[in-house]
Amino acid sequence: MDLHSIILLRHELLLTIAAIGVLFADLFVPEDRKKSMITVSLVVFTIVTLVGFIPANGGTLFGGSFQSTRMTDFMKDILNLAVLLIFLQSTGYLSKPENSWKVSEFFVLIMFTLIGMDFMISAGDFVIFYIGLETASIPVAGLAAYDRMKSKSAEAGVKLILLSAMSSGVMLFGLSLIYAATGSIYFSDIALQVKTTPLIVLGFIFFLSGLGFKLSIVPFHLWTADVYEGAPINITAFLSVVSKGAAAFILVIILFSVFKNISQSWEWILYALVIVTITIGNLFALRQDNIKRFLAFSSITQVGFLLLGVMGNNDIGMTSVVYFMLIYVFTNLAAFGVVEAIYNASGVETISGYRGLYKTNPLLSLVMMLALFSLAGIPPLAGFFGKFFLFTSAASQGFYILVVIAALNATISLYYYLKVVKAMFIDPNDEPVEKFRSTWPMRISLFITAIGIIYVGFASNIFEFIVSLAKDLLH
Amino acid sequence: MNILNLFIIVPLLTVVVILFSKSIKTTRVIAAIGMTIQLLLASWLMYYYLSHFGVNDLHKMIFVSDKVWFPTLNIHYAVGVDGIAVAMILLTAIVIFAGVFVSWTMENLHREFFISLIILATGVFGFFISYDLFTMLLYYELAVIPMYLLIGIWGSGPKEAHAMKLTLMLMAGSALIIAGLLGIYFNTPTIDGHHTFNMYEIARYKIPLKAQRLFFPLTFVGFGVLGALFPFHTWSPDGHASAPTAVSMLHAGVLMKLGTYGVFRVAIFLMPEAAHEMGWFFIILTATSVIYGAFGAIMQKDLKYINAYSSVSHVGMITFGLLMMNATAIDGAILQMISHGIMTALFFALIGMIYGRTHTRNVYEMGGLLRVIPFLGTMYVLAGFASLGLPGFSGFVAELNIFAGAFMHHDLFHRVATIIVISSIVVTAVYILRFVGIMLMGPIKNEEHLKLKDATWYEKLSTITLVVSMLGIGLYPVWLTNTILGSLKPIMLKILGG
Repeated sequence: MDLHSIILLRHELLLTIAAIGVLFADLFVPEDRKKSMITVSLVVFTIVTLVGFIPANGGTLFGGSFQSTRMTDFMKDILNLAVLLIFLQSTGYLSKPENSWKVSEFFVLIMFTLIGMDFMISAGDFVIFYIGLETASIPVAGLAAYDRMKSKSAEAGVKLILLSAMSSGVMLFGLSLIYAATGSIYFSDIALQVKTTPLIVLGFIFFLSGLGFKLSIVPFHLWTADVYEGAPINITAFLSVVSKGAAAFILVIILFSVFKNISQSWEWILYALVIVTITIGNLFALRQDNIKRFLAFSSITQVGFLLLGVMGNNDIGMTSVVYFMLIYVFTNLAAFGVVEAIYNASGVETISGYRGLYKTNPLLSLVMMLALFSLAGIPPLAGFFGKFFLFTSAASQGFYILVVIAALNATISLYYYLKVVKAMFIDPNDEPVEKFRSTWPMRISLFITAIGIIYVGFASNIFEFIVSLAKDLLH
Repeated sequence: MNILNLFIIVPLLTVVVILFSKSIKTTRVIAAIGMTIQLLLASWLMYYYLSHFGVNDLHKMIFVSDKVWFPTLNIHYAVGVDGIAVAMILLTAIVIFAGVFVSWTMENLHREFFISLIILATGVFGFFISYDLFTMLLYYELAVIPMYLLIGIWGSGPKEAHAMKLTLMLMAGSALIIAGLLGIYFNTPTIDGHHTFNMYEIARYKIPLKAQRLFFPLTFVGFGVLGALFPFHTWSPDGHASAPTAVSMLHAGVLMKLGTYGVFRVAIFLMPEAAHEMGWFFIILTATSVIYGAFGAIMQKDLKYINAYSSVSHVGMITFGLLMMNATAIDGAILQMISHGIMTALFFALIGMIYGRTHTRNVYEMGGLLRVIPFLGTMYVLAGFASLGLPGFSGFVAELNIFAGAFMHHDLFHRVATIIVISSIVVTAVYILRFVGIMLMGPIKNEEHLKLKDATWYEKLSTITLVVSMLGIGLYPVWLTNTILGSLKPIMLKILGG
């Protein structure tokens, strides 16, 4: 293995080294000092994230099974950044006495998941893709059941692993049909041979169903709310931001590079999926009082919006999806961070419990408000730009009616986001959550996310950068 | 640096300084200073415009600056104003200036209140200075966050429900606008592989009629929601009634004009062929707004509801004038935007002041107030006269132009619609005179009211500012009509040339 291959594999190699390093280091730390592993892991992962940002040229490895481009590097960087923010937010939770003996597992499992995702993103054939998918799925179930003394958390873990296995099976079946039709597992070969024959379309539908499970597209979303509610908040954040982000990245890469020639047929499948996903997500989010379930359904809606970008099927389509995902990382993690901070300080995780929060914790309320308005797509926050470009992408293919439906749904989503704002700022409450100080890492992460929410939208250079990456990948 | 950017920078600086303010006294002084600068800037802009351009070459855009923002999508940050925009900016500056003084004693969460109010105004200024459709949309929606909070936190009555209703209806409107704008964008021809959001570049092309038939109604209804177009007007009475005084002023005075301005600049200006073809349908809707709003006002007891319904009627008249598609009526409609903006702001300011004293807004519980609070009473009568469209007040010139323009159409349909709209004036006279009579004249109904004090200095300052502007347009409208007519020339070429 020469230096060039190491550079191409740097995200995966670094993560592997970091994960194994943390695992070994944990052996030598005495029981009563396990907390120090938090700092160690944070430092290690910060280095991994920063090194990932060093630019390098792309290339292929293992006879085309592994492809690295500037775009895939950037996607991995986004995921790393999201995980770093989640790590910062989880220090308060991990410092609790009942978690002290399993601190390292938290970090190690997440890093292993990330390795799987990185391989999926860089996959050049369906085998590597599938291995990555499984590597990314199994540890997440362990994470969801992290609070294993709580029945809901254990339930979340079991639900996730069973349905994951099921969806993998479905996807594998789809892949085998595609293999049967084209005789190859390599993306580059398949891309040349796909036509709208029944076998390939059927295979594609199964493949999309499997990926739809990861993205929690309706009708494959049924696990989402239960798992989100049962899992610890940081894991919920991980599922809703990182897992989904990775799946979204893979979806655009595969749709735009492998199945580009049959876009005529999948456009209409997606058309229907967008409408049901946005609408169902919205309708269920309207009624939630548990903030985690609420964010779960809201994230289903957000994925529906994201699919609008996929319909663009050109540079703009890919760019808008990646750009939206970057914004979504900051926005959703800001919301989850606030939820986590409040839960750690007071145990409150219902919207009605947030009443009067502005009086006692004004800064947290402001961050939450920024996040919610950004999710709703209100300017001048980043979410507006993200959503507008997704709409632009769909409109570029002439799907105006779909844009109207989606934009009206964005209005409905504003209703439930405003309900939370109303609880925090307007509703009176005799016993609001008491004033508290959150931990320093939490503050740093909320600060970064708030800056992201305000800045990324205006930063046209980031958008243009992603455009150049997309052109690189697709042409 | 482009002077127009100051209209954004000054309020933002004001907001930043307010963040560090400790008490209401410093907060309101900072807000007042900021908005005074804004008013001076706007007046200077008007003066500059008038002094540099004669009647015949008024149509020039001034202070144009155009920076590429998102090159791939050809989105620009483009600012520049013509006479119409200058007039709207002056209107906004006057109303927000008055609004700050009306809120002089806002004790509850004062910093947050003034910050939200000023951000709301910033969105409006930004909307009027920009001519790139994306930037316009950005500023248009910027108003949403502060508006919800302003009504929800500092409002009265069932404020949460009304704030929600208003916000959601306006957002639904902007959902249609987004689709409409994207439709316009992708139907412009490409230059160097790019479509364009630049309003004046789009105006040079004819958007295909098939596309216009889809996107004209979308943008018209989208902006029309904010202009309280029947049947999407229901947010207006509830929202205005629940909002705190300054917000009602700004909302009815300026924000509703964003709707009509958008209808004019985006829907009609960019897609005139569809406007000619489908105008009849929207004429029916606007005529309904006018007459429905007027009758709605008669039936109300609450002062704010009366004025809100009356706004539905008056703003309906603006959209009606725009749909007449000739220079006279459109000139009248734009004048009406400004005239109604000032008049309704004055009304809401006075209602807020009267409510602050009597603690009731029910007309039938008040009486003989003119004797107790003569200053406020007189001002109320003046505002009423302007609303009636009496000669000498701004409303007269505006409405006369609209009706004259409307009568230039000879067909039966336009005639009937015009007569219906004109008849609303009679209805307006009925409710204005009746409520002035009940509230200000006659015996005093409540003994408590005898102790009321007349206006304080800050209340006088804000009302006098508004009254002076109102009379300034009414008695000497030439400067304003010239500004508007000059800028209308190129627009009319596009609208009529087809």
